[in-house]
Amino acid sequence: MALKLPIFMDAQSTTPADPRVVEAMLPYFTEKFGHPASRNHPFGWEAEASVDRAREQIAALIGARDAKEIIFTSGGTEAINLAIKGVVEMYREKGNHIVTTVIEQRAGLDVCRRLERQGIEVTRVPVQPDGLVSVEEIRKAITDKTILISVMFANNEIGTIQDIAAIGKLAKEKGIIFHTDATQAVGKIPVNVESMGIDLLSCTGHLIYGPKGIGALYVRRKGPRVRIAPLIDGGGHERGMRSGTLPVPLIVGFGRAAEICAESMTEEGARLARLRDRLQDAILSNVEEAFLNGHPERRLPHNLNISFAYVEGESVLMGLNKETALSSGSACTSSTLEPSYVIAALGASTELAHSSIRFSLHRFNTEEEVDCVAQRTIEVIRRLRDMSPLYELAKEGVDIKSIQWKAE
Amino acid sequence: MAYSEKVVDHYNNPRNVGSFAKDTPGVGTGLVGAPECGDVMKLQIRVNLETGFIEDAKFKTFGCGSAIASSSLATEWLKGKSVEEAGKIKNTDIVNELKLPPVKIHCSVLAEDAIKAALADYREKHAKPAPTEAGAASH
Repeated sequence: MALKLPIFMDAQSTTPADPRVVEAMLPYFTEKFGHPASRNHPFGWEAEASVDRAREQIAALIGARDAKEIIFTSGGTEAINLAIKGVVEMYREKGNHIVTTVIEQRAGLDVCRRLERQGIEVTRVPVQPDGLVSVEEIRKAITDKTILISVMFANNEIGTIQDIAAIGKLAKEKGIIFHTDATQAVGKIPVNVESMGIDLLSCTGHLIYGPKGIGALYVRRKGPRVRIAPLIDGGGHERGMRSGTLPVPLIVGFGRAAEICAESMTEEGARLARLRDRLQDAILSNVEEAFLNGHPERRLPHNLNISFAYVEGESVLMGLNKETALSSGSACTSSTLEPSYVIAALGASTELAHSSIRFSLHRFNTEEEVDCVAQRTIEVIRRLRDMSPLYELAKEGVDIKSIQWKAE
Repeated sequence: MAYSEKVVDHYNNPRNVGSFAKDTPGVGTGLVGAPECGDVMKLQIRVNLETGFIEDAKFKTFGCGSAIASSSLATEWLKGKSVEEAGKIKNTDIVNELKLPPVKIHCSVLAEDAIKAALADYREKHAKPAPTEAGAASH
C-alpha cells in the first residue's frame, strides 16, 4: 500500500480525533443540544446525564474515586492555571511558596513566573541528566511556607516519567497539596490519583484522540479535601470552580476518548513502544553522534527525542516537512529562536539543545511509516552534515569548543 | 512558519556548498556565528590575483533553512564581483531577495558578516607589501 504523505509523527503536540470519538460527539451538536444546567426539561436532563457519563469515563481513566472530582476546563493550559493560581489564592494565609521543576511545560512555567511578580516564592528544582527530578531535591526545597508542589507527570519533549508516587507520598507526609500536569501521560500510561497521592491533576482531550478545546482538572474531595479559587466567575458551574456553559459535544468526545484509552492502553502502549524502538534503532545505528535525550527506560512509549550533533533542528525539520511532521523542541517554543530549555536543563551543550528532534507516535502510525521516517531522517542528517562547517571541523580533528566563537 | 519559495529553493538546491583549502593563493575565509547561538557560517572567496575579481565562492552553514539560504545566495552574488563591489552587499539586499520574516533577519546579518570576514581575511593575506619594503627586499 502506498504511504499517505505527509506522515504525522508529532503526537505530543496533538493527536487526530479517533473516528469513534467523532461519532459519539455528532448528535450533541444537533438533536441533543441541551444545556446541562437546564434543570426543568428533558433537553437539560439528557445533556447533564451525558456530561456525567463523560466525568465517570475520565475519572475511571485516572483512578478517581468520585466523578464529581473532575472539573471541565477549556484544555490543559486552563487546568494548569486553575490548579496553581487556585491553590495560591485559596491557601494564601497558609503560605506563599511553590516547589516546581525547571522542565515544566510552558503553562506551568509562565503561571509561576506571573505569581512571582505578585510576591509568591517559587523554587524550581533542577533535573538530572536523564530528565528525572530527584525526590530528595524536592524534599530539600520544601519550607514551612510551601503550599503547593507542582511536578509534571511525563515531559512533553523527552517523555521522561517522574516518580509521581514518591512525590505524592512526600507531599502527604508534609501536608502539602500536590499538583501534576499529566497532559502527556493520561491515556498513555497508568495514572492513578489514589495510589499515587495526587491532589490535583491536569489533562486534556486533544492528546488522547479527543477534540481540542476541552480539558479537565481533577480536584481531590477526600483525604484531604482540596479547595481552589476559581479563575472564571459566573453561574457557579463545576462546583463553583469553573463557571461557563459546558461544551457538551466536546465533553462527550473527551469522555469517549478516555474510555477508548482505558480499554486499549496496555496493548497500544506496547505496540507504540515497539514502533518507537524500531525507529530509534534504525536512526541510532545509522547516524553517528546522535544522542538519545531523556531517560532510556522511564519514558513514554510513544516518545523519541534525539539530538543530532553538527546540524540545527529547524533545518532538519525543513528537510523532512514534505513527508513528515515532527517537531524540534516543542510546538510552544518553535516560534522563537531559543533552543529547547528542556534539553538545556539536562546539562547538554547549548549546541545540542539546538539540534534536538522529537518523534512522537500515535495510535494510527504504521511500521511502514516508521521505516520511511527513519530513512528520510538519516538522509537529511547526512545531507546537512555535508553542509555543516562544524561537522567539517570535527572531521578535521578540531575541538569545536576550543574555537573562540564571535557570538552575535 | 511557511518559508518563501526562494528560501526553499536555496535549501533544496544550495549553490556552491564546499570548501577551498585555506592557504590557496587568492582564498579568503570567513567563519562567523557560534554553535550555542544555533548559527555558524563559513564563507570563502577565491579571488583572481591579477584581475581582483572573485572567481569562485563556497559556503558551509550550520543553522536553520534561512541561514543556509542566506549564505547560499551570498556565494551566488559574490561570484564575478570585484573585491570592492563585494564589500557593498548588504544584509537588507538578502532580506529583500529571500523575503525573510523579521525573526530571520539575523540570518542575513550573519551572511553579511561572513562576507566581510572573508574579504578581511583575503585582504590580510594578500596585502600588497609597502613599496619601501619591496625596495629594501630587492637589495
